[in-house]
Amino acid sequence: MKVLVCIKQVPDMESRFKVNGSGDWYDEADLAYRMNEYDEYAVEQAVQLKEQLGDAPDVTVLSIGPDRVGDALKKALAMGCDRAVHVQDPDSCRKDPWQIADIIASFAKGKDFDVIFTGMQSQDRGSAQVGVTVAERLGHNCTTTLVGFGFADGVITAKRELEGGLKSVVKLPLPALVTCQLGLNVPRYPTLPNIMKAKKKEFVTVPAAELLSEESAVATEKLYPPVKSGSAVVLEGDLAQIADRLLGILKEKTTVVK
Amino acid sequence: MKALLICEQREGKILDTSYELVAFADRLGAEKVLVLVGKEAPKVDAKVYLADVDKFGEYNPDLHKQVVLEAIHKENPDYVVFVHSSYGWDLAPRVAAALKVGQVSEVVNIVDGKFELTLCNAKLRRTVAPKGARAVLTVQAGAFNAVEASGSAQVEAIDVAGSSKLQFVGYEPAEKKDVDLGRAEIIVSAGRGVGKKENVAIIAELAKAFGGELGASRPVVDAGWVAHSHQVGTTGQTVSPKLYVACGISGAIQHLAGMKKSDFIVAINKDKDAPISEAADVMVVADVLQLAPVLMEKLRAA
Repeated sequence: MKVLVCIKQVPDMESRFKVNGSGDWYDEADLAYRMNEYDEYAVEQAVQLKEQLGDAPDVTVLSIGPDRVGDALKKALAMGCDRAVHVQDPDSCRKDPWQIADIIASFAKGKDFDVIFTGMQSQDRGSAQVGVTVAERLGHNCTTTLVGFGFADGVITAKRELEGGLKSVVKLPLPALVTCQLGLNVPRYPTLPNIMKAKKKEFVTVPAAELLSEESAVATEKLYPPVKSGSAVVLEGDLAQIADRLLGILKEKTTVVK
Repeated sequence: MKALLICEQREGKILDTSYELVAFADRLGAEKVLVLVGKEAPKVDAKVYLADVDKFGEYNPDLHKQVVLEAIHKENPDYVVFVHSSYGWDLAPRVAAALKVGQVSEVVNIVDGKFELTLCNAKLRRTVAPKGARAVLTVQAGAFNAVEASGSAQVEAIDVAGSSKLQFVGYEPAEKKDVDLGRAEIIVSAGRGVGKKENVAIIAELAKAFGGELGASRPVVDAGWVAHSHQVGTTGQTVSPKLYVACGISGAIQHLAGMKKSDFIVAINKDKDAPISEAADVMVVADVLQLAPVLMEKLRAA
C-alpha cells in the first residue's frame, strides 16, 4: 500500500504578525515555524495505519515551500514516515490553494497512492480547500474533518466532526483522501533514536516549476491588521484597581453582577 | 449579478445559517436563487431548487455536487455560495474543481466589492478578488446576521443521475452534557493562555464566584483540560449569556462566532491587541492567573 501525507509549515500562531513590505503577505522575519497542527494529526494517522498493517505501507511525506520546510519534513520522518519530498518553492505563500493543489496532484498523478492524508486546513490561511481539490483532481474518494479513522478490507470508516459536537460516520473505499481535524489521535513526539534514523531516510527535492501548470484563480488585494472598533474600555496596571473598576463597570452595565 | 446559495438542513430541519447566506446575498446586492437537498424549502421570497434528501442522502458529496452543478447549469450564477461549515468546506472545493474556478474561503465581510478574509487566527485580515467571471465562496457562520425566515419560495424540484462510492452510515450524537451553557446567564471561559490543566481550576473557581458556568475554547478541550460539553464556538456551543468573560483566549474566528452575541463581553488577556479585543466591551490587560484571586476576593466580599 502506498500512502501520501501532505504537510505545511506555518508560523507559531501566538506570534505577533505584521504586514510585509509589499503588502501582500505577513512579514516572515522573526517568526518561529512549526508543522501545521492539523497536519501533525495527518502524519500520526498515516504512521498508525502503517503500524496496523505491519509496516507494509510505504509512507511518503510531501511539503511545498522554501528551505526551512525541510525541518517539518524531517520531523515527519522522525515520526515514522519513510521518505520525504520537498517541493522547493521560495514563493509558495503567493500561490493560491488552487495552485498548491495543482502541484500536489501533479506529483501524485500516476503514482497510485492508495490513501492520502492532509490536515483539514492550514493554521495561517485556513482555506480548507487543498485536500479536497487534490482528491477531485485525482478522482479519489474523499471525506473531511476526521476525528476518527478505521481501516479494514480496503474500506476506510471515517468519523467526521460536524457542528455542535455532533459527529457522522462515513465509509469510503480506496483510493481515498481524508482531511484530519484536531483531536483525531495523539501525535507522537519524535524520539532521539528515531530522529537519528530519519537522517538516513530518502529526502528528494523537486522544483515547484516542474509540477505547477495552473494560473492562480484568486488575487490578494490588500493585507492589514484588524480595524479596531475602539469601543472596548481598556483596563491595565494595578490589579486591585483593575478589579475594582471592572466590578464597577459590570454592576453598572449588566444586570447579573450586583 | 446572481448568487446561487447552497442551503443546509440536518435531519429534516433547515439550518439557520441558510438564512445567513440570504443576508450575504442581500449585502452583495445579488439576485438570489437557493438550492437545498432536503424535504421542505426555506421560507424566502426566491426560487428554490429542492432535491429529495431520500434520494440524494444527508451526506453524499458526490451526488450533492451533481445537484449543485445542475442548478448552476440552469441559472448561470456569478457566485456559488456555501456556509463555511462541515458541509460547505467539504462540498465547495468539489464544485470549484468541477467548474475549474477559484474559491474564496471563509468570507467575513464585503469591503468595496472585495471579500474580506482573516489570516493567522484573525490577527491579520486581507481582501481578495476572484480572477474569473464566476467564483465559489464560503461564508463564515455568524459573520452575516440571518434574515428572518419568512416568505414563500417558488419551489422547483431538481433531479440528476449519479452514483457514489461513499456510504453515509449515520450520526453519532454529542456527548451527554454535564452543563447547559445555552441557559447560563454568566459564562467564564478558559483559553490556551491559562497555560496548563491545573490552572483551569482557578478559572472554574472564578466562574463559581461570578455565579456562572465554566466555558472553554477549542485548544483547551483538545488538550483534554476540560470536557467537550464546555466548549464554546462553532464546533462547540453557540452561547449568548448576559455576561461572557474570556480568560486567556486570543479570539480565533470560530470562538468569536460562538460567543459574540453575548450581551456584555470582558476579555482578560496579557496581549492588548489579541483579536478578542474586537469583540470585547472591556479589555483587561493582565495575567488572568494573578487577577483571578483578587477578583474572587472582591466578589465574595460584595
